[in-house]
Amino acid sequence: MDDTSLKEDIGTEEFWVNMGPQHPSTHGVLRLELKLSGETVVDGIVHIGYLHRSMEKIAENRTYTQFIPFTDRLDYLASMNNNLAYVLAVEKLMGIEVSDRAKYIRVIMAELGRIASHLFGITTFVQDLGAFATPLFYGMREREKIVELFDDVCGQRLTYNYMRVGGVSRDLPNGADGKIKGIIKYLRPKFDDLEALFNSNPIFTARTRGVGVLTASKAVNYGVTGPNLRASGVKWDLRKDEPYLCYDKFTFDIPVGNNGDAWDRYKVRMDEMRQSLRIAEQAVLGLPEGDPTVKAGRIFRPEPGETYMRSENPRGELGFYIVSDGSPIPFRMKIRSPSFSNIAVLPDLIRGLKIADAVCVLGSLDVVMGEIDR
Amino acid sequence: MSNGEAFGLIKLKIPDTSLEEKTRAIVVPREGILEAARCLTGQGFDSLHNLTAVDNKDNVTLVYHFYSMKKRAGIVLKTQLLPDDLTVESVERFWRSADWLEREVYDLFGVKFLNHPNLKRILNPEEWTIHPLRKT
Amino acid sequence: MAVIERIPASGLIEKFPGGNLALTTSESVLKWSKASSLWPLTFGLACCAIEMIGTGASRFDIDRFGAGVFRASPRQCDVMIVAGTICVKMGDCMKRLYAQMPEPKYVIAMGNCAVSGGIFCRDTYSVVKGTEALGIPVDVLIPGCPPRPENLLFGIMKLQEKIRKEKRVKR
Repeated sequence: MDDTSLKEDIGTEEFWVNMGPQHPSTHGVLRLELKLSGETVVDGIVHIGYLHRSMEKIAENRTYTQFIPFTDRLDYLASMNNNLAYVLAVEKLMGIEVSDRAKYIRVIMAELGRIASHLFGITTFVQDLGAFATPLFYGMREREKIVELFDDVCGQRLTYNYMRVGGVSRDLPNGADGKIKGIIKYLRPKFDDLEALFNSNPIFTARTRGVGVLTASKAVNYGVTGPNLRASGVKWDLRKDEPYLCYDKFTFDIPVGNNGDAWDRYKVRMDEMRQSLRIAEQAVLGLPEGDPTVKAGRIFRPEPGETYMRSENPRGELGFYIVSDGSPIPFRMKIRSPSFSNIAVLPDLIRGLKIADAVCVLGSLDVVMGEIDR
Repeated sequence: MSNGEAFGLIKLKIPDTSLEEKTRAIVVPREGILEAARCLTGQGFDSLHNLTAVDNKDNVTLVYHFYSMKKRAGIVLKTQLLPDDLTVESVERFWRSADWLEREVYDLFGVKFLNHPNLKRILNPEEWTIHPLRKT
Repeated sequence: MAVIERIPASGLIEKFPGGNLALTTSESVLKWSKASSLWPLTFGLACCAIEMIGTGASRFDIDRFGAGVFRASPRQCDVMIVAGTICVKMGDCMKRLYAQMPEPKYVIAMGNCAVSGGIFCRDTYSVVKGTEALGIPVDVLIPGCPPRPENLLFGIMKLQEKIRKEKRVKR
């Protein structure tokens, strides 16, 4: 029997497979509908909205200060960075300048938050590829150090509510700078350990290299930002290109990838953690004296107007578009979340891949449902 | 490229264009959105990173945030729709990011984007009939 | 003898003095084994899921309580830890997942959102106000936004206590 007749005999039909919203590798409540031909993905549809908590509606019913805790719950892996992005937007709207110490503390918190987020992102990604538990346990061990510090600083492990419009809610506790230095010293060799663990693994290398290639032009066209964009070779980082706080005072590099595949996205995140450590170290060494807290009241009445402020979150550009009508509550607030744009590119990336690689691509994009659905 | 320069270019094509004084945003009439989009892609604005709507009760304003990765410059474009006729041309053919962003605006505000490939609700259940962020 | 002495459920087993005999009811052994091997459903809805993973990871080690075997399929699970905000769109899936779990099944509502809607309770159009609002009975409610891992462990211990004290074995 020759090959052609065999094909005619055993015809396969294309079929739809539902993945999620309850699925261990969809990172929350994402739902994918995959059209498969055998094991090959022919088409994919992404369904979101299973965690749509109507944040934008809530924002129209809360004062500017009252909305800060809600930003924690957007991208719950990097709450500090969300706090920061939001208060920066309100400060831009109000035209407030913050003290130097507050700026430095914010930078330290944002960069440590970035490390915590990337640690989680990378290790869950590797877990999706089948390395059950071990990398996650290592990653969580390192992350706990940072979470513990945040716990000391603001009393919560996950949702910090630390930043305030005009400063931070309280100064660093006694001995915190020593602790931060200790964490930096502790973490530096751990990144090498983690990288050695992953890079030397032939399965991990084989499953990520050349998988889910995102070209630079496509990434820009889709509005992909953050490490995913940099992995495609576009050197674009808001900390350098539109410096906010005091990022222009620190020396750090922007890691970029060449191919835009899953491996590059992992690698860029890995290198970014080292750079974040560099920034945090410079910031903690140069931490100025002063009072970072806010003495003003909690109710602001910004002038009628609008502003768009974006900042570099671990997952990309988090922007807040706020329209004020002069009252203490925003007239309209749009949250431009990085994961929303990053996940939109998924159907394009997984077309033609095997279904197991689709999981790999999804993991490498490192999305958080909280900010996709808002 | 600043808003002013882009404004000059768009004004040549669409005479009704105006510049908002406070925010320096370019306001184009609804019919001119495709022409403006064509003009902006020609000028190298390769990223539409944000698209949203604001319900001002007497009109619904669409706000587009464009950015050019080459020129490292961004501009803001606005267009106003009347509440009884919430339709506008989709810019999905120029920027793929508009696909989901327009679906979101449709879901939350009920703005219908013409010639959009897949204009369905994105966040809320498909069977819903309300558009939750409308103020009227 | 030595083996029996090491069984932690000493209250359930009566040991005859001096002899090699131990007396118990099959029901107590069943309850004891049920309480010591609660398999949770891998079901992270929102922020609390991160703390749930944190509880499962190296530092807090949920395995010490026999509840570390997170299963992805509801058909293999004993307890559903509702970790996060329940939204309207997710509600139907939740009910189906709960229905798919085999008896005996238990539910832990972790965090304010799963208890009552939490901070998303007001001014919202798409959030379900708690697990019980969906018609899913809850055994243990753990407040907190999110609860610390210690709180979750305490909740699991409370559930184990509840199972051990059940009047009749659920079928």
